[in-house]
Amino acid sequence: MISSVSRIAYCASTTCKFRKPIDVRGLLTRTLEELGYAERIGLVETECLISCHQGPSIMFLPGGKVFQVRTEENFTETLQGFFAALQHPTSPLLSEPRTKKEIPGIESVDFFAKQRLIVLRNRGHIDGESIEEYIAHDGYLGLYKALTSLTPEEVIGEVKTSGLRGRGGAGFPTGRKWEEARRYRAYPKYVICNGDEGDPGAFMDRSVMESDPHAVLEGMIICGYATGATQGYIYVRAEYPLALRMLRTAIARAREKGFLGRNILGSGFDFDVHIYPGAGAFVCGESSALMVSVEGKRGMPRTKPPRSTEAGLWGRPTCLNNVETFANIPQIILHGGNWFRAIGTEDSTGTKVFSLTGAVKNVGLVETPMGTDLRTIIFEIGGGIRGNARFKAVQLGGPAGGCLTEDHLHLPVTFDSLQEVGAIMGSGGIVVMDDSNCMVDVARFFTQFCVDESCGKCVPCRVGLRVMLGLLEKIILGRGEPEDLGELERQARHIQTTSHCGLGQAAPNPVLSTLRYFRDEYEAHIHEKRCPARVCVDLLRFEIDPDKCRKCGLCVKVCPVGAMTWQKGEYPVIHRDLCIRCKSCIRACKFKAIN
Amino acid sequence: MRNELVEMFTEEKMTAVDAIIERHRDNPGELLMVLVEVQDITRYLPVELQRYIAWRMGIPASRVYGVASFYSYFSLAPRGRKVVKVCTGTACYVKRAGEIKERLKQRLGLSEGEVSADGEFSIEEVRCLGACGLAPVAVIGEETFGLINPDNVEEILEKASS
Repeated sequence: MISSVSRIAYCASTTCKFRKPIDVRGLLTRTLEELGYAERIGLVETECLISCHQGPSIMFLPGGKVFQVRTEENFTETLQGFFAALQHPTSPLLSEPRTKKEIPGIESVDFFAKQRLIVLRNRGHIDGESIEEYIAHDGYLGLYKALTSLTPEEVIGEVKTSGLRGRGGAGFPTGRKWEEARRYRAYPKYVICNGDEGDPGAFMDRSVMESDPHAVLEGMIICGYATGATQGYIYVRAEYPLALRMLRTAIARAREKGFLGRNILGSGFDFDVHIYPGAGAFVCGESSALMVSVEGKRGMPRTKPPRSTEAGLWGRPTCLNNVETFANIPQIILHGGNWFRAIGTEDSTGTKVFSLTGAVKNVGLVETPMGTDLRTIIFEIGGGIRGNARFKAVQLGGPAGGCLTEDHLHLPVTFDSLQEVGAIMGSGGIVVMDDSNCMVDVARFFTQFCVDESCGKCVPCRVGLRVMLGLLEKIILGRGEPEDLGELERQARHIQTTSHCGLGQAAPNPVLSTLRYFRDEYEAHIHEKRCPARVCVDLLRFEIDPDKCRKCGLCVKVCPVGAMTWQKGEYPVIHRDLCIRCKSCIRACKFKAIN
Repeated sequence: MRNELVEMFTEEKMTAVDAIIERHRDNPGELLMVLVEVQDITRYLPVELQRYIAWRMGIPASRVYGVASFYSYFSLAPRGRKVVKVCTGTACYVKRAGEIKERLKQRLGLSEGEVSADGEFSIEEVRCLGACGLAPVAVIGEETFGLINPDNVEEILEKASS
């Protein structure tokens, strides 16, 4: 009956683990034992299987059919139901909850159908802790090819042909960086993997490190071979404990198998990797700051040149790339640069992993060819806006990025395509916002973030951003004056042109892009002392609009402090002396009748 | 100097601190690792302790303070046994993380940087945890709570206390 199932993969990403109270692994182990299948069906831990909002997922292999585990109760029957359903493809268990469409396999779900997986190719198929499974899926084959049949120059040539550009956001051509690092004859040289994923709203690097750590290691070893380095460091945020654990395991396994250490694969090439847990500073995502941090100092960017490929960590030539960049390398070496080049666009080749979050129905990791337009990502893969709300803006590229509107949804996403309209692709965070978000408030959020994370080395960033924050707060508190907008723009230009590092130069982008596309919202805050999205609490009057109010009394029920009274058939009354301005009533009102 | 610290912490903890400094003595870039490991034992890094570390390592106290005050991992003030960390990443923020923080503060009767009278809780913001699919998110102690309803923060406090 269940002969076709050889293993069950269950989602163990941080996201699903957070989703208490179901311990999927324990549950499956117990139930399979109870059913007497424990020896025939193996369990495998895997990364994000389906959009996270649907809960802990399990997948039956081979075949790739996915089910959600909703409750622990009667799980034995549920699992038997799943097995039965596998035999009868028309069972309702196999339909997608939203569209009711039947799911023949995981690839046919809307969320996955438009994706092309290179970096996430092993998602759901291997156990990240098992080096054998990675090897069985062509793992370390790229390294083998590089060490046995390519010279370091040829490896660099392949990477250059591929057109791969740094996935951390800056988009510097990877091949050129490697070539430079190779050129300098100072030893030892270093390879650093930047896993200090600091952009709020981005989690693709975490996911790759957790689910496919060997792909990152393999990329680093190939880089070491190509550049002549013998020591690698992975810099991982301390906020990612699972990624740290998975990488530690992966390094130990790779050493056992001879992929790390002395004389790798009998080629005479030595390379080893150490993990360096970051202590929490956004600016350490900047390459020169990261290296200073590894040296145990305050992570502050330094002046360039010299570039880090000439004098980086401990003053030695250092090649630093992002997690996703390294994860692409084994595939490029294995299939050739031309294969990679054929995917994506002319200037931005390959695929990009995005973390799609915010007000969309399907949140999760998305990997598409470069040049896919925003509408496809948000509405087809993301499934559109959640609930009855309307799309308002999309924020790309974290604190260095910008907010775009509906008019920009046709634009392809590449390294360069969004710059003209004031946004960047950045490291790939996409946060979708609906009409319940106030853009002035969003601008303040990013400015506050940059103020907190400014390292303090140069004045424009340290002081200028504080001035901008003060102006934004003034506007939000309802004390804004018309000339404040001009002042904001003036400060922003100053900071952009005079800051020392990329973080300072990009920090005003969220303010500038919201000023450009949502100026009317700023003006409403200043001239009418009104927040159109009803977010800024100091601009709310808490008045009932008699034209819109249907006298339903819902607002009175939700008031936590009893500051509202209402009698059937009458308008509710708000008692200002009791009101704590918590906005519960505003959210509860379906008719937007409270201002 | 050490006696004061023994009073503040315990002899046992200070012996462990000494061992950490000794172990890292010859590693390049050791300061950050020393501070991480020391804080794991003492839970925070008061200025007196920083001075002691500087003295033992033979470096200026300003360098230790510079590093300790730079990284968000380090705390210069005491923390509660369970630290309530509210994620303030973009995805959490647009799903009302700010309100969640305010309400948790209200419930616990704390402001940022304070420790509750019983030493149990303190509250702080945390940088994006990368669990944006479950936004809004908070961590209490070692436990993470996702999809928090801002109107019902009591629920997660109850779960965390139990």
